[in-house]
Amino acid sequence: MNLAKIKEILKADLIVGSSLEREIKMICACDLMSDVLSCVQTRFSSLLLTNLIHPQTVRTAEIAEIPAICFMRGKEPQDLTMDLAKKNDIVLLSTSFSLYEASGRLYEEGLPGCGEYREAK
Amino acid sequence: MTPYVKAPKIRELGYELKVRDAMDRNLITVQPETPMSKVRGVLRSNRISGIPVIDKNKLVGVVCVEDLVNWLRAGADNCSVEEKMSKNVVTLYTDEPLIHAINKLEQYGFFHFPVLERSNGELVGTITREGIIRGLLKKLEIDYREEEIRHYRASHVFEDMIADKTSLIFQYYVAGQDFNRAGESASALKKTLKRLGTHPEIVRRAAIAVYEAEMNLVIFARSGEIIVKVDPNQIRIEVEDSGPGIPDIEKAMQPGYSTAPNWVRELGFGAGMGLNNIKKCVDEMNVTSTVGKGTRVEMYVATKKESVSYEVKGTG
Repeated sequence: MNLAKIKEILKADLIVGSSLEREIKMICACDLMSDVLSCVQTRFSSLLLTNLIHPQTVRTAEIAEIPAICFMRGKEPQDLTMDLAKKNDIVLLSTSFSLYEASGRLYEEGLPGCGEYREAK
Repeated sequence: MTPYVKAPKIRELGYELKVRDAMDRNLITVQPETPMSKVRGVLRSNRISGIPVIDKNKLVGVVCVEDLVNWLRAGADNCSVEEKMSKNVVTLYTDEPLIHAINKLEQYGFFHFPVLERSNGELVGTITREGIIRGLLKKLEIDYREEEIRHYRASHVFEDMIADKTSLIFQYYVAGQDFNRAGESASALKKTLKRLGTHPEIVRRAAIAVYEAEMNLVIFARSGEIIVKVDPNQIRIEVEDSGPGIPDIEKAMQPGYSTAPNWVRELGFGAGMGLNNIKKCVDEMNVTSTVGKGTRVEMYVATKKESVSYEVKGTG
């Protein structure tokens, strides 16, 4: 599913990023950055759903090669967070849904979690 | 066939890419017996200018906007698609070079062509100008990325240097307590390893391990240093700080055990998974620490091709 479709499902605003063509294979919904680092399979693009808006969220995405982050409950990130995202070509979205609601909506549309994602044969 | 595309790079890509790389696989079709009155709705709701007509999996014609207009002008009498469709359909095969599609679009002035599978003649997709442009841009982007990597790739230093053993050493200085800059070293090392042509999976593991170690350093110490030694077979990473030290390393290694202050936890770190995460990413890890003096984490990642594994060693 591409980011444009996800943006639609989450009724999200685009904060940073120009292309929403990117294909997302799985979702990581997490407020614990160490968990993000340990469970993301970087070979396949994932989207990070999180409540954390500080620059380390983007840094974590960069290290784990996560191409897009969506912030919950309409939170808007700090300038430093946005700068870092621009520099690393990471898309930032913001939705008014909570982490639970956003996860549920995407799961219902068939997007798996990063622990259960299997490459289609 | 006259070459319509003059830009040499696009021509080259046009030969390299096949029709299947740029075609739209979303098939919208009608049957010969579909009434003409339904055509308008199908064209409109799918925003297309022509629809392939299918009879028992075989393409028998195409009904397009022009056919619809002609039918309307002639009085829009009750009839089927079969009577009004164009039967001489120009098609393409999936394995033809994309340049054929570009040339045919120019030659016929059409907006789309049905694409057939050569082996069985079945309709598998359509090719449009939009699809061609998207296919070319995608390919250009991939080529550009690869070129960029080639340009930066410094992996040949290992072959160019004449020595019994060649190693590269990278040093990063880390300021403690500065959370906004935490991770800069890991980020820099990641880019450096990529330029060296290190396998992406190795880069990922090394970057995550260094990031976690760097975080620990920033949380607990005032300052520290990361020294990375890269040789053709392995990467050795040493993260050393002059922090408070770890009284019980065994305990610190337990998943979930943490002494991190609350402000760190609020930022999504300090949940006691750091050292555990590092262990999962590297092939070997040694932690030494003296209370009051500092901590030293030493990690090894093997870079030989056969040791590369994509498997995730369990999830955190």
